[in-house]
Amino acid sequence: MEVIRQKASDAEEFRAQGLRARDMLRGELDDADLDEFVQERVLTTTLEKASDWARGNSFFPLTFGLACCAIEMMTVAASRLDIARFGYEAFRASPRQADLLVLSGRISIKMAPVIRRIYDQMLEPKYVIAMGACSSSMGVFNNYAIVPADKFMPVDVHVPGCPPRPEALMHGILELRSMVHGDPTLGWRERYEAEGTEEVYPLAPADATGVNVFGAGGTEATNA
Amino acid sequence: MPDAATLERLVGEMKASDAESVIETVESPGRVAIEVKPESIVGSLEVLRAAGYEFLASVHGIDYYPNEPRLGVDYELLSREACDRVAVTLRVSIEDPHLPSVTPAWPCANNQEREAYDMFGLIFDGHPDLRRILMPEDYEGHPQRRDFPIGGEPVLFTHNEHSVPRWFE
Amino acid sequence: MSTVDPAARELSDYRKMEESVTISETTEFEGDRELLTLNLGPHHPATHGVLRLLVTLDGEVIRRLQPIYGYLHTGIEKTAEQKSYWKVIPVVERMDYVSYYFNAMAYCGAVEALLEVEIPKRAQYLRVIHMELNRIMSHLVFLGTSALDLGAISVWWYCFRERETLLDLFEMSSGQRMHTRYFQIGGVIEDIPEGWIEQVRKFCAIMPERADVYGDLLNKNEIFLQRQRDVCALPAETLREFGVTGPLLRAAGDPWDLRKAMPYSSYEDFDFKIPVGTKGDNYDRYQVRLAEVKESVKIIVQALDNLPDGPTITDDRKIALPPRHELATSMEALIHHFKLVTEGMRVPAGEAYFAIEGARGELGCFVRSDGSSKPARVHMRDPSIVNMQAAPAATEGWLIADMLATVAMFDPIIGGVDR
Repeated sequence: MEVIRQKASDAEEFRAQGLRARDMLRGELDDADLDEFVQERVLTTTLEKASDWARGNSFFPLTFGLACCAIEMMTVAASRLDIARFGYEAFRASPRQADLLVLSGRISIKMAPVIRRIYDQMLEPKYVIAMGACSSSMGVFNNYAIVPADKFMPVDVHVPGCPPRPEALMHGILELRSMVHGDPTLGWRERYEAEGTEEVYPLAPADATGVNVFGAGGTEATNA
Repeated sequence: MPDAATLERLVGEMKASDAESVIETVESPGRVAIEVKPESIVGSLEVLRAAGYEFLASVHGIDYYPNEPRLGVDYELLSREACDRVAVTLRVSIEDPHLPSVTPAWPCANNQEREAYDMFGLIFDGHPDLRRILMPEDYEGHPQRRDFPIGGEPVLFTHNEHSVPRWFE
Repeated sequence: MSTVDPAARELSDYRKMEESVTISETTEFEGDRELLTLNLGPHHPATHGVLRLLVTLDGEVIRRLQPIYGYLHTGIEKTAEQKSYWKVIPVVERMDYVSYYFNAMAYCGAVEALLEVEIPKRAQYLRVIHMELNRIMSHLVFLGTSALDLGAISVWWYCFRERETLLDLFEMSSGQRMHTRYFQIGGVIEDIPEGWIEQVRKFCAIMPERADVYGDLLNKNEIFLQRQRDVCALPAETLREFGVTGPLLRAAGDPWDLRKAMPYSSYEDFDFKIPVGTKGDNYDRYQVRLAEVKESVKIIVQALDNLPDGPTITDDRKIALPPRHELATSMEALIHHFKLVTEGMRVPAGEAYFAIEGARGELGCFVRSDGSSKPARVHMRDPSIVNMQAAPAATEGWLIADMLATVAMFDPIIGGVDR
């Protein structure tokens, strides 16, 4: 969806535009004037396209730094390559409030279940960028200790580099933005035919003395 | 590294406290390594501490495959007054990798001995909390042994990308 | 993904704890007060990497702190055994990921000790310049992220602005911003380009006053002082027992610095002071690092003034690649190039431990060679894993907010802890 901005003209024309808008709202514009007004000033689009446009321009990245790529991710948010110019400066610490997970760094086998849990805690629609070589493929270290992200979670954009330059990460995020603008069903469950695979919380053992915050018998409707 | 006279004196002191402890001394340019029996490591380090080597810089395991005994531990000591380093090594066999822990006397060896246990399977008797530190605690195997496979994913080239089994198949 | 009923499968206690929502099934008591064990999990808003802390709290007072590591373990040491000696350098650089020149220096120093090779003077000075620039950068990252954790967000912006200038310098000299593989065995990979020295001088001219700017922002800030002054101090004897080195030990009053005590790579040629604190509290830890930035600038300026001419890598063709123009004329150069690139250099059998003063303390590298072209054991004695042993002792009895400030001041880099 493209937004065409018209240059603000001088004060006269601005006032004339304001008067015409007032007339339109009062219902006083005639056919030809009304057509012209609609063509110039009103956008029509589908609601989905509009919401995709808004969604793509307002990712809330999760503060999720693993290793060296995290330092470059911090650099993207810093002053030289300001991610705020695109609207993504609101890094959220809680996965419930974030929708972009940037896997910045190598994923060890101990960390992988934790990342999966965090990803599951994020609310739909959510997107994942695998930043750097270590999270997409094994990177420099092809050994027993790390695992590529594609093995346990769906990834939308892979950004190569070790570590990728902040400009490269920025490019990756903008690619994601154009993907979101173009494709309304970016949710991975539709793509992989995985409906119904939301996270299931474990039952508390019968003799647990701690408080099970989910009440007896697990949580929500996903305890199937 | 300590010069020859100091080294003689140190080895003499270690032998005086425990006659059987020192096995041999290895000198290379810039480094002196005293090999001791595993049982006498705590006593040897105390002798060196009394001689001024009060800072235990590093404790790490080594796998000497294919030489037997396979496993070893290296203790790097530093004397701040003399600005000098000395190394103490020991060897244990892989069938019985027990050796006394120096953590009660040197608290800085705590995490490092846990790492040696995790990576090599060296069992430090007397360590307050010998658990795995780097791998998940229920991991099986000791990764840095030389016969542990390196693991990893197969690298995909055009000649094998269709024949290598992928994780989603 | 987690299953429905973990009690149905045979799970170890560890796995049960990991998959459950509560840390333990039993409650702990101290007298009649209930203690709460909180999991500051590997993912948390503080920016210190994937450090997991189990804190046992009585109200807000910490009774026990238990760090859990391993969430970034990459098997770097085992990977290093599979590569030829000079190919280990990029692998080892990624260990402590804000002080990559130090990692490379420790490893190259150990291998050069085994090879008994002499490093040209110009290469040593270039190494010193890059290492001190890296020290400044590491302290800037520390200051920025620690201030961010404490809420002083402006400091983060300013520190990262300086960091960008530094990364431009690294990019100018080696082509890469981070993990530059600039240090090689025998020297540095290539000479600095024209104009680099002027750019470094420009940076050194502004850096001390920028450090003063950070000081102005924080030194008189009442909130910062309340959170740092007299908080979590540890005496130097306790720190030495735990094996702590580096700015933490110097903040407690002990002026031990390997650059002065056991100089390596021409550090004895430079005239600089060691900043030392008095009380060892968080405020001293912060001030020591800020002062170290200024001392590093002094070292860099001296090194630039006295930078000798000469080769930047050793002449020994069995260790360093020959220059490209020689390959067209000399057969031996071609053969050496071929052998070095395909097989790598052969290092005589032996063991070496080389320790340098990293940004966080004593960074040592142990290399064992069995005579072949691949190392038989590479171990990095990282300062962070040893320094963090003092964290429980430092924070017991303090509030949880103090613990966050203290962990920030300890400056652990989990890439170094987990390797």
